[in-house]
Amino acid sequence: MAQRQKRAKGGHPTVDCAMKNLETSSLFQLTATRLKLTLREPEAIFWIFIFPILLAIGLGIAFRNRPADVLPVGATTEQLTQALAADKGLKATEMDESAGQHALAVGTIVLLAEQSGNEVVYRYDNTNPDARTARMIAGDAIQVAAGRKDVVTAANEQVHETGSRYIDFVVPGLLGMNLMGSAMWGLGFSIVDGRQKKLLKRLVASPMPKWQYLAGYLMSRLVMLAVEVVVFLGFAKLVFGVPFRGALWELALLCVLTSLSFSALGLLVASRAKTMEAVSGLMNLVMLPMWILSGVFFSASRFPAVILPLVKALPLTAAIDALRGNMLQGTSLAQLTMPIAILLFWFAAPFAVSIRIFRWR
Amino acid sequence: MGDAARHANAGSMHAPEGAGAALRIRGLKKAFADVQAVDGIDLDVAKGECFGLLGPNGAGKTTTIEICEGLTAADEGTVELLGLNWQTGADELRQRIGVQLQETQFPDKLTVEEALRLFRSFYRNGITVDESIKLAQLEEKRRSRVGGLSGGQKQRLAMATSLVGNPELLFLDEPTTGLDPQARRHLWDLVEELKQAGRTIILTTHYMDEAERLCDRVAIMDHGKVIAMGTPKELIATVGGEDIVEFAVSTPVPKGEGPGAPMSGSFPPKQSLDGASGLVLNTEALTAIPGVQSHRVDASVHQLSVSELHTAVPRIFAALEEQGLHLSEFRTHSATLEDVFVRLTGRNLRDE
Repeated sequence: MAQRQKRAKGGHPTVDCAMKNLETSSLFQLTATRLKLTLREPEAIFWIFIFPILLAIGLGIAFRNRPADVLPVGATTEQLTQALAADKGLKATEMDESAGQHALAVGTIVLLAEQSGNEVVYRYDNTNPDARTARMIAGDAIQVAAGRKDVVTAANEQVHETGSRYIDFVVPGLLGMNLMGSAMWGLGFSIVDGRQKKLLKRLVASPMPKWQYLAGYLMSRLVMLAVEVVVFLGFAKLVFGVPFRGALWELALLCVLTSLSFSALGLLVASRAKTMEAVSGLMNLVMLPMWILSGVFFSASRFPAVILPLVKALPLTAAIDALRGNMLQGTSLAQLTMPIAILLFWFAAPFAVSIRIFRWR
Repeated sequence: MGDAARHANAGSMHAPEGAGAALRIRGLKKAFADVQAVDGIDLDVAKGECFGLLGPNGAGKTTTIEICEGLTAADEGTVELLGLNWQTGADELRQRIGVQLQETQFPDKLTVEEALRLFRSFYRNGITVDESIKLAQLEEKRRSRVGGLSGGQKQRLAMATSLVGNPELLFLDEPTTGLDPQARRHLWDLVEELKQAGRTIILTTHYMDEAERLCDRVAIMDHGKVIAMGTPKELIATVGGEDIVEFAVSTPVPKGEGPGAPMSGSFPPKQSLDGASGLVLNTEALTAIPGVQSHRVDASVHQLSVSELHTAVPRIFAALEEQGLHLSEFRTHSATLEDVFVRLTGRNLRDE
């Protein structure tokens, strides 16, 4: 890219000079090298770009919003059955009492309406939400059929609110998970690979400023981050219409912060490990609990209150809370101080420790 | 190996002392766990000199060179490079030295050009990437990925990364280990070229022929100590003869030594006349021959160092015939640094 620009504007002295500066800037070269190496790794491209989209598609299909379910009910007389069938929300079948109770027990119907004289008895399980819904619809339907008149006229206006669907919930979760994975794998594996192949040792034997080695990683991470976030969220927006209620620049900032925290964790995990096996093990040890606990696929607040403070202190929980807050509720950064503070801690602490214990050989 | 012509052009014998010292080591010691890797080394390398650290694996060569490169801290002693030291002049030194390490693997998916551009960016001054590619004769491979290079090409790339900063002092740690003979010779040519350009080079090797061919001066190391130092010619002269005659006799089989004893065993029967006493071979008859300087026997192969091969050999044959011995092997070679090492330690250089 640099090459092409140079040729195109070859005659311009300041451009030439700027290009030359970039060419000889070790920070630029380290960043560019890191980017090239990432992009030349087909597996990395799959995990960073393709996998989250596939996951979103899968979840989007599995949890798509269907029209409200038609509830299966049973009734003991023809009159009742007709009254129930009149409502579009119910699918009524006529059956005798014993057949009805059997159907109820095995779950082929959620409610059985029995007529005994002038009275109607509803059999249903009131801990089952579907059954309770069926009870209300059935009650209305039978009363209306029997000639009840409503005292207040009512009109229905139906609303389908985005933002409350499962896909809306899971997209920020997947985003957080992806930021974690790409940052940790990106740093962890390639640092240990460089150590194993004695490249790190060769680099410290050169005049390369040591901080630039890390800075090169972080800068290439930011470039990759921009691409992967835009691709993933763009997909979620276009295909699923996932809402963005918070300020976009705040969302961007949250992504950067999340990525930095996990880069620091990746650095920590890689600061001593000598083999790929060792670093893989450490990485799974760090990431696995968060995949389960941090509320990627379901709300982390479902965990018992005893461990909840622990769950909340995990960087991925904080990241996902903040991302959901921004995207779904439009929460501003000022209201997200707690997750942001947690993320900042998870950036600073592992970073400080790894700088101390990092081994170049 | 060791032909006179090559020694003659080994060139100026640098005086190690003086203001022009590129490297000065005094009393260097380094221990790892319970191994004393470097055990009190003094070295001086003059500017423009090609200096070799020769020794078997585990002799302390790499530890010594890595201390010089500022990668390992010494336990004791001082190291001065180009008048600077690692405690106060590290940044400056890194700019002025070039380093090639053992077994560095550059990323497979980077091209030769990209790797060199990266390394070039670390140096304030230096040659261009193009020049370094040309120097390492990698022009045809400049756009190839490192993963597709041969062993020799990878090693030349490593060399090129150490040259992009146009170093005054170049460290090469076992530059040809693991290369095939052709690639080795190719790399030697490259080092020769760098020598001619007046660069100071310090290299380690466990190949005697490499040290003989490339180095102006050599320090032979063993067990963390320098056991001999000088020009290859001087060192070879200490063997006492210019040529080595090796022979074995088939009858009678000496007692105590199995007939199938290995030819170059690692257990050294030092000059052992004890071993020889089992033989009917009279060694005195051999050493009495004019030109034969010394005799030793190693795993039933007899070695004589000989100064006038053309007159000595017929007499050796005669002496052996006189004793009624049948020759099963006979060969001669010019004395090498290997023979120096064997003389000093009783072991072969290749043995670990």
